Amino acid sequence: MLSQEDRTLLTVENLDVHYGDLQALHNVSLHIPQGTIVSIIGANGAGKSTLLGAITGLNKPTRGKITFRNEDISGIHTHDVVSKGITMSPEGSRVFEKMSVEENLLMGAYLSRARKKRKELLKRVYGLFPVLKEKSGQSATYLSGGQRQMLAIGRALMVDPEVILCDEVSLGLAPVIVKDIYHKIVEINREGMTFILVEQDVKRSLKYSDYSYVMVKGRIVMEGPSSQLPEGEVKDAFFGISKYA
Amino acid sequence: MEVLLQLVINGILLGGLYAMIGLGMSLIFGIMGLINLAHGDLMIISTYMSMVLALHFSGNVFIALLITVLVMMVVGFFCQSVLINRVLDKGAEPPLLITFGLSIILQNVLLLIFGADAKSIPTKLAAQNAITTPWFSISAIYLINFVISILVILSLHFIIMKTYFGRAIRATSGDVVASELVGVNTKRVYAVTMALAMVTASIAGLLIGMTFTYTPTTGTQYLIFAFGVVVIGGMGSLVGTLLGGIILGLAQMLGSYFFGMAYQLFFGYVVLLVILTFRPEGLFARTK
Repeated sequence: MLSQEDRTLLTVENLDVHYGDLQALHNVSLHIPQGTIVSIIGANGAGKSTLLGAITGLNKPTRGKITFRNEDISGIHTHDVVSKGITMSPEGSRVFEKMSVEENLLMGAYLSRARKKRKELLKRVYGLFPVLKEKSGQSATYLSGGQRQMLAIGRALMVDPEVILCDEVSLGLAPVIVKDIYHKIVEINREGMTFILVEQDVKRSLKYSDYSYVMVKGRIVMEGPSSQLPEGEVKDAFFGISKYA
Repeated sequence: MEVLLQLVINGILLGGLYAMIGLGMSLIFGIMGLINLAHGDLMIISTYMSMVLALHFSGNVFIALLITVLVMMVVGFFCQSVLINRVLDKGAEPPLLITFGLSIILQNVLLLIFGADAKSIPTKLAAQNAITTPWFSISAIYLINFVISILVILSLHFIIMKTYFGRAIRATSGDVVASELVGVNTKRVYAVTMALAMVTASIAGLLIGMTFTYTPTTGTQYLIFAFGVVVIGGMGSLVGTLLGGIILGLAQMLGSYFFGMAYQLFFGYVVLLVILTFRPEGLFARTK
């Protein structure tokens, strides 16, 4: 059995991020082992999206280091981070409205290593999300919220990455659809994909992930194997109650 | 009656040229959301450059155009990477200020080098007719302008709709963050878009130089034409730009027929204002 260090894919060390004078992240450190689902739980404004933004190069860290496969990727351009094997299903899906579902997916395979395998990758995405195949010729702008989220994840899969970051996939979706999406995430994870899931839903985050971090006001206040974190205490931490405030 | 027919034909042919002038501006605004106030001046710079090169190469406009296009592509790429990319994410005003400043600099550089006298690129085509019938004739240069404009627009359409990089351009114009997240270098997309706009501007510049006379400040007049074409045709639609140009050309010609030569430009702008009032997004705009 490999030790944690051997399997580490992505590390974040002592990360600070500022928006002007406002400090959004304080000394954040994370450890993402290969092949796991890690969840980051926190309320609005806790800094979760900022953290994902720092990893994907959308924000620049003011202090600290981000390492992927032993390579320092702190502060590099987003498209370079993606070419190294990390991508994100962003908050709100952000599908390409004027393109069809299939064009959106093919856009995911823009970089050469994915472009070569695009037919195979497309087949896999359609296998996971049959509704996308049904609507492949339709403009993405006509999709429902749940379908857009699936398209965003499908597009991320088309990048053929090693890590997919998911920013609030459940936002605004009906529970039954969210459950379906999470089951698909677990299925993709079983095939070897590493996931970092950012969520506000405590119960679901703990249920579907291997390891969890809880964030409050830009700091990690709690972490541990998801199965061992008591839901009640996580919820307290989430709301900034007592010792975690 | 024949006069009217002649004017309609001229309006359509001229419209093709106007569409070419507006094309660069439509591309840049449609994809980058940037209004390039130096667009007309960059075009006139290519006119002057083509003129100098054509004289140097004994009237060979093809070589002149080739060199001009290459130089202007580099200029465009440079302007975008060094000047404009820095301020694109800083709001709407800084890019406007920078392109406005660029416009002033370009006009005055031309004034210093060439003086204020009107110039033209000498060509036999301006005096010739390509087609002559009892009812109308088609000037050779007008026909060439129209054909070249259609070819350029079709090529651009092909690039944007059918190539991988074209798809990256469309993605970037839709959502920069999502494009970056699939590995698109959006700053490079902007630079290439600017270079493409420069290619269309240099071709338009040469055609203008062969068709009309020009001075260092002519760029401003064509900037307004470009605005007109883009407003009438609507943003983000290449076909719209072509039709916008034709409508502007027709409006000018019909205006001169019904109200007199002096009202040619004026009538074009009246039509522009009417369309702006009733359909501000343009006649053929893709709904955003």
